[in-house]
Amino acid sequence: MSGNHPGLSNNFSRSGEKFSWSKDNLRSIKNIISKYPKGREQSAVMPLLYLAQEQNNNWISIECIETIAETLNMPKIRVTEVASFYSMYNTRPVGENLVQICRTSPCWLRGSNKITKTICKETKCEINDTSDDNKFTVVEVECLGACSNGPMIQINNDFYEDLDEESTKKIIDNIKEGKPNVIGSQKGRRSSENA
Amino acid sequence: MLLALKKAGEVQKMLNEKDKVFQNLHGFQEPFIEGALKRGSWSNTKEILSKDQNDIIELVKSSQLRGRGGAGFSTGLKWSFMPKNTGKQHYLVVNADESEPGTCKDREIIRNDPHTLVEGCLIASYAIQATKCYIYIRGEYHHEYVQLEKAIEEAYERGFIGKNACGSGFDFDLYVHRGAGAYICGEETALLESLEGKKGQPRLKPPFPAGVGLYGMPTTINNVESIAVVPTILRRGPDWFKSIGAENNTGTKIFCISGNVNKPCTIEEEMGIPLKELVEKHCDGVEGGWDNLKAIVPGGSSTPMLPKNICESVLMNFDDLKANGSGLGTAGVIVVNKNNDIAEVIERFAHFYKHESCGQCTPCREGTGWMHRMMQRLVRGEISPEQIELLENVTKQVEGHTICALGDAAAWPIQGLIKNFKSELISKYNKKLKAS
Repeated sequence: MSGNHPGLSNNFSRSGEKFSWSKDNLRSIKNIISKYPKGREQSAVMPLLYLAQEQNNNWISIECIETIAETLNMPKIRVTEVASFYSMYNTRPVGENLVQICRTSPCWLRGSNKITKTICKETKCEINDTSDDNKFTVVEVECLGACSNGPMIQINNDFYEDLDEESTKKIIDNIKEGKPNVIGSQKGRRSSENA
Repeated sequence: MLLALKKAGEVQKMLNEKDKVFQNLHGFQEPFIEGALKRGSWSNTKEILSKDQNDIIELVKSSQLRGRGGAGFSTGLKWSFMPKNTGKQHYLVVNADESEPGTCKDREIIRNDPHTLVEGCLIASYAIQATKCYIYIRGEYHHEYVQLEKAIEEAYERGFIGKNACGSGFDFDLYVHRGAGAYICGEETALLESLEGKKGQPRLKPPFPAGVGLYGMPTTINNVESIAVVPTILRRGPDWFKSIGAENNTGTKIFCISGNVNKPCTIEEEMGIPLKELVEKHCDGVEGGWDNLKAIVPGGSSTPMLPKNICESVLMNFDDLKANGSGLGTAGVIVVNKNNDIAEVIERFAHFYKHESCGQCTPCREGTGWMHRMMQRLVRGEISPEQIELLENVTKQVEGHTICALGDAAAWPIQGLIKNFKSELISKYNKKLKAS
């Protein structure tokens, strides 16, 4: 089903620490809720899950869910349902860099298998694993919507496109060495023009 | 008639630069307000908003603009279904959930020319008497979300939207809501559920969203591209839009070409450009040459593939693709050459649909999993001719038996594979049999 992020299980767990909103996030929450009509605060559950995930090292613990339910005055099970349905909410801890490799046909036709192999080798991770140093979690995902730029991967918020084995290795190396990466096309395209 | 004429006519010319709606599709110019103003966005919005709402709907109707999200329904006609003067809050919801494999067109509009969309939202909302509009953007498009938010902020700052938008007396608010990785939320009623803070599971229709939509209020849901072309249609007139393409398949269209071509790209072209020309001219041809072509999926993963002989002459518009047993869908063109196993292309689609089924309807929830497992065996040459028939039979039991079209979308690619390459699938089985 839709929510099953490959490998990120739907069994929620506790982090063991109380989750309370940061000052900045409390301000953002007010702003977010104001986008929706009065009495429809539940609409804010998805943006709040994003906020919680960001504040909680990129994953949603049971404590996060409890706090969101309290903030939006909705049953915990409704928040849990949403958090488990959508694949972008990580229901277990992930590494500093969540590497998502597109595996769907358009990327596969252009060699996404090789990209997967390269990434697994360079990060020393199997698919769905987190590396020992907690630097990387590697997953395969369905179409990310950059098909004219395949094969492509997403690392945290950023897309890396027009990949080959060499450029993929370079991206992972740069992350390991703390060097910045060029986001987007790795072949120098501006976007998806013929070039 | 027109179609036939065009087909028989000489080689089509490329779409004129000045007729492109999206002048900054590839982002070589400034994407934000300064660039947008130069490209003509917001130039006479107040004048457009001084027209009667019904007149705007009629103009869009007469342009013969058909929805760019896949179904190809008349945009103007859809707007005309909205009730008038109900005293209720009306909503426009823009579907920017772009998740159909092979499709990456809305992404380019949003990140490189976002003001076309923002202005379109204002005009469309005015036409359907909606003072509020939500753009639902897929969660993975984080960069695009940031670009869009910035464009909206600029539009507010300049008074283009907000209270008394463009000095028209019309109050209008525009919000962005991020999805979180569920293909099904591109289905319009699932999208509404998601916006309401629930799991994205499609609603039964009727009631249709025009009557009972977001928060139970009258709602119209349109694709990004449909909305973003509206300002230009109203500026240059429906006749200009109709002069491009053919009867009932008018205007320009963004095509995204991926897979085994030499230069995959996203390009705005005339609706109805021959598929072969699209591949040969804009993508520098198939990898290994045209004769190395196996099949093309013309409109995103849900549309059945076309074998090479049809690819020779088919036109990329709604009606000609339909007549050839497929559809324009989202115009995500996926090219497959002979170096790849066509069965595995479809097996990967089957995996996609299994993963994305919302789990609400039994035929889809169980069927997508079953079909995927059969496809895996088929790729390995492990299913017999009888079982291939069984598989085809099951796809027909899923098709048409679910609340939304995901069941159909999962069935069609497999049906297309079996229809076009059955003998090949059988010889795969025989070969495997011999080997063991």
